[in-house]
Amino acid sequence: MGITEYIQLVFSDYTLRTITLGTAVLGAVTGMLGSFAVLRKQSLLGDAISHAALPGIALAFLFTGSKDTNILLIGALISGLIGTFWIRGITSKTHLKSDTALGLILSVFFGFGMLLLTFIQKQPNANQAGLDKYLFGQAATLVESDVWLMTIVTGICLIVLLLFWKEFKILLFDKDYAQTLGFNTKIIDVLITSFIVLAIVLGLQTVGVVLMSAMLLAPAAAARQWTNSLGMMVVLAAILGAFAGIIGTGISATQNNLSTGPVIVLVASVFVLFSFIFSPKRGLLFKQIRLIQNRNDLELQKTLTFMYHIVEDHDDISHPHAIRILNNFRGYSKKGLRKLIDKNYVVVKGEMWSMTPKGFEVAKNLYNQNGKDD
Amino acid sequence: MNEKIAVKVDDLTVAYNYKPVLWDIDLKIPEGVLMAIVGPNGAGKSTLIKAILGILKPIAGSVTIFDKPYKKQRKHVAYVPQKGSVDWDFPTTALDVVMMGTYGSLGWIKRPGAKQKKTALEALEKVGMLSFKNRQISQLSGGQQQRVFLARALVQDASIYFMDEPFQGVDATTEVAIINILKGLRKAGKTVIVVHHDLQTVPEYFDWVTFLNVKKIATGPVKDIYNDDNLTKTYGINYKVSIQK
Repeated sequence: MGITEYIQLVFSDYTLRTITLGTAVLGAVTGMLGSFAVLRKQSLLGDAISHAALPGIALAFLFTGSKDTNILLIGALISGLIGTFWIRGITSKTHLKSDTALGLILSVFFGFGMLLLTFIQKQPNANQAGLDKYLFGQAATLVESDVWLMTIVTGICLIVLLLFWKEFKILLFDKDYAQTLGFNTKIIDVLITSFIVLAIVLGLQTVGVVLMSAMLLAPAAAARQWTNSLGMMVVLAAILGAFAGIIGTGISATQNNLSTGPVIVLVASVFVLFSFIFSPKRGLLFKQIRLIQNRNDLELQKTLTFMYHIVEDHDDISHPHAIRILNNFRGYSKKGLRKLIDKNYVVVKGEMWSMTPKGFEVAKNLYNQNGKDD
Repeated sequence: MNEKIAVKVDDLTVAYNYKPVLWDIDLKIPEGVLMAIVGPNGAGKSTLIKAILGILKPIAGSVTIFDKPYKKQRKHVAYVPQKGSVDWDFPTTALDVVMMGTYGSLGWIKRPGAKQKKTALEALEKVGMLSFKNRQISQLSGGQQQRVFLARALVQDASIYFMDEPFQGVDATTEVAIINILKGLRKAGKTVIVVHHDLQTVPEYFDWVTFLNVKKIATGPVKDIYNDDNLTKTYGINYKVSIQK
């Protein structure tokens, strides 16, 4: 199937359209909020929250006997919030560090959730099947009302972000200072954290407990590589998240119905990898290229300076000298000499080199500049 | 010295877990002084500032700013935290950080506008950082970062400035630039309280000093109390810097 055909199909096919829209909106909202989690160095929080949501899903089913998504997600939301605020409680009330608290809550809640799931599966009635889809998510079960719910939450989230932008920014950058300015940092903190929990819970149906944190982190981590502005980072993370959803759904729908959640996460990871390597300012590739370039430039300058020292003792600056004396200089290479010739700083005749007036001028300035720094 | 008291601390006691970090501190800081807080590592210098500013909750004690509780006087107080307390890789610019100094007067939700930007630019100019206004903060040197923090506090146009080690990790040029700004603030009648490490420069920079080591050892004018006796009491070893003149 070609891309145009696929796009036509997205618009005509109800299921595909719902899933595509759902994963795009989900990617956008998690990308947006993920920026805050990443900048607060709370990357693992998302993982803990999503795992902590599992017992809530199971308990909601046990109490109500219903498999209605909204009821299960309310259960997930409650247990996710309980887990989150326990983590905060543990770190502030005990000596335990936050990674320990995160790990603890994650495994305790997830363990309890799995226990409940197996308990439910052993029950005699036939209604129990399908809860385990929340482990890895099943995008195919998305219906229009789910997408509406996601869109509404994303809208609310966007409004809150715009209203409290300045408060969020200062809390992220310098919490103590924000407090001295008179802001109640606890309220801002609870607001951000609650929205992160909400976004994660919304994604459980699609991506699942286990992989959900990647939706939060990957778009944000990728976006950070391309910009030095918080606003741009949030916008970019939302866009990347949305595209991860759209592309992931596309791949999964066209390739033998590969499981959608994992494919979306993989697409987002490709974005991260690409950004880490190719971003112009922070990327590994350009960093390496700049490093090599700098080193080459310096080597060339050093060679020129060495030649300048030989030349400056003579009245005639273009007096020829043997190339082999350059071997006394460690930074010398034939390649370097060729570059100097290309730049018209030096001319070579046979085994002799001589400096051009232009090269002499450049070297003199280099030398003066270096001398000033001493 | 006029006897208007800018900051008054009574019976302040602060503890992390079980161990007291500050014990029963009484302190009166007169208006218009440039004061150093000195003491060894772990003496509670930063803690004192943070407790005064309500960042840390004391076990006991009270703080008043111009005779009123601190919470009612926030607008008169500016804070320069330790440079190392924030992540300088945060995606923002020097100007943006300085603008944060206006957030307090704006209050909730309201966004900074042209007026706030102008104040921020003026503050950047005062600290000699105007040409770096659009620089990503991770690209600034340690001294430049410190100046940005100082500019952010200047924007608040407060009466009392608390600074936590503003000279840490800055070069000699920046140190002179910063101390000149602090002296300018004092000249304008402001009160400046600085956590300071370099004992040699205390007499040159400051006119008031507090010796602190969990308890308050002494507080008063530098010319009266900055001596070997108090230094020895504070640092616990026989101190013979005998203030170099």
